[in-house]
Amino acid sequence: MYIFSNKIRNFSMLLMLLGVLGLTYSFLNIPSTIEEAQLMVADSNHGGNHGGNHGNENKDLSHDSDGHEIDHGEHLLHKLQNKPWAALYVAALFFMLISLGVLAFYAIQRASQAGWPIVLYRVMEGITGYLLPGTLIVLTILIFSSLHFNHLFIWMDPEVVQNDQLIKNKSGYLNSTSFFIRAGIYILGWNTYQYFSRKLSLLQDKANNIKNHILNFRISAGFLVFYIVTESMMSWDWIMSIDPHWFSTLFGWYVFASMFVTGITVIALIAIYLKHEGYLDFVNENHIHNLGLFMFGVSVFWTYLWFSQFMLIWYSNIPEEVTYFITRIEDYTIPFWSMLIMNFIFPLLILMSRDYKRVNYIIVMTGIVIVLGHYIDVFNMIMPSAVGDQWSIGVPEISGFIFFLGLFILVVFKSISKVPLLASGDPFLKESKKFHY
Amino acid sequence: MSDKVIHALYDDDDVLIKAVRDIRANKHHIEEVYTPFPVHGLDKELGLKETKIAITSFIYGCIGFLISILMMNYMMIEDWPQNIGGKPSFSYIENMPAFVPVMFEMTVFFAAHLMVITFYMRSKLWPFKEAENPNPLTTDDKFLMEVLVGKNEKQLIKLIKTTGAIDIKVIEKNE
Repeated sequence: MYIFSNKIRNFSMLLMLLGVLGLTYSFLNIPSTIEEAQLMVADSNHGGNHGGNHGNENKDLSHDSDGHEIDHGEHLLHKLQNKPWAALYVAALFFMLISLGVLAFYAIQRASQAGWPIVLYRVMEGITGYLLPGTLIVLTILIFSSLHFNHLFIWMDPEVVQNDQLIKNKSGYLNSTSFFIRAGIYILGWNTYQYFSRKLSLLQDKANNIKNHILNFRISAGFLVFYIVTESMMSWDWIMSIDPHWFSTLFGWYVFASMFVTGITVIALIAIYLKHEGYLDFVNENHIHNLGLFMFGVSVFWTYLWFSQFMLIWYSNIPEEVTYFITRIEDYTIPFWSMLIMNFIFPLLILMSRDYKRVNYIIVMTGIVIVLGHYIDVFNMIMPSAVGDQWSIGVPEISGFIFFLGLFILVVFKSISKVPLLASGDPFLKESKKFHY
Repeated sequence: MSDKVIHALYDDDDVLIKAVRDIRANKHHIEEVYTPFPVHGLDKELGLKETKIAITSFIYGCIGFLISILMMNYMMIEDWPQNIGGKPSFSYIENMPAFVPVMFEMTVFFAAHLMVITFYMRSKLWPFKEAENPNPLTTDDKFLMEVLVGKNEKQLIKLIKTTGAIDIKVIEKNE
């Protein structure tokens, strides 16, 4: 049994407290008038006029110069009003996706009847314990959006839809009612599987036959089918629809690769931490090596999908598609390219070596870079459409990140501490303990 | 000088690994082990040096990567620039995304093929080469261990017998 330590509690509470303070500060500083917004921007030496207008919301005003000026100011105001919300949403979504990625990884191990990861099952189950709070927080933010507390999803505003033929054409799918019905289905489905799979795993500890194990295998296989459909639709609904004019057919896969590699990395980080604290003596460098292989492989897979999406859009150069990358490369130059270095080149070169994958501190160091890199990835998915060129990694972004980091650590370690650390009844346990790469 | 060796035959890889460990622990020199398939962990038990083939493969990959860049730069930019899909090829870096698949393929091609060729050369394998394994059973399901006979032949045979060999032959090698 892992004993939830005061050190972890205090650390996570401190992170959450700092996060709440920072978020409160940034929400109180939302500009309410155009003048305030322009003042804020002028303070940070940006100047009043911006070229970052996407040109699709104000076609009818573009000839009227007075109207155009007001529209610029209003656009700026909307961006700045969105900023703390977007920062909160990026962080909430990012940590929820980690938990969801781990759930998918766990289900794959169950469904493939893998022999090696049994000793890590309780760590994975612990991380998926964050799924319920994580999804509910994301849902709450989405509900706030639909109640017009923010303008993250412009298609939720009937006035915008009225003047936009492209969104109007999509409104059969993109409307608040069906959006929330779908969100409910995803959240219910994922959490139901998480609940029952963990329950069966715990029941198997004391059982003298393998009925629970077999049932768990079946529901995991079923869940994976449900997951890959809902995960893809989730990525359209919760991420892609922030930019409702743009679409990419492999976006679901791309988001999946991102959450999958982050989830695997977090499993490795938490397993190494617990081992360092003197638990998990049955986990050895062979298990860490296998996780390292997955980190390496899925990082390359992520890059493959990123590049496939990028190259097709870059080559075909269709205006409505290519704006997505143009805004990112021009306004988000540093996060856009640093993400590629952190998520591809760095893990590729470090984790290529067999021996490095067996050294804990190298896995931890690379893991932290990968996790931060994928935070920037989610940041790049959401921020350009939500706040345009007004982005920064400032108080709202950092405090959003550390608030959810604190909550994640608190929930995950609480969840790990509730049950024995070894799935002692699993029929593959011996194989996993003797696993040798 | 003629070398005397013992050919010991085994029929199980786990028994073989244990035998290798025992014989090496008694300070006898194992010349070679012939197996029908790669036996996991045998290289460590035999005390073989770690292979450097991974490093050569990495170097070949880097060479392939560079050659692909030079090749595409010559073909698509210098020699015959074309305008494909509204993207005139006057700069390598601006057209780079289009060349990435080629760069990737050439890297893999060089790394894989040159590594295999290196492996063949290093293991002295070439077409029509006569097989070196002394017993054709090692291509089926048996394992053969070649142990150099030192001063005490009888003691060694006794030791090998205790390790579970199914057949032991003493052979004079004239070289």
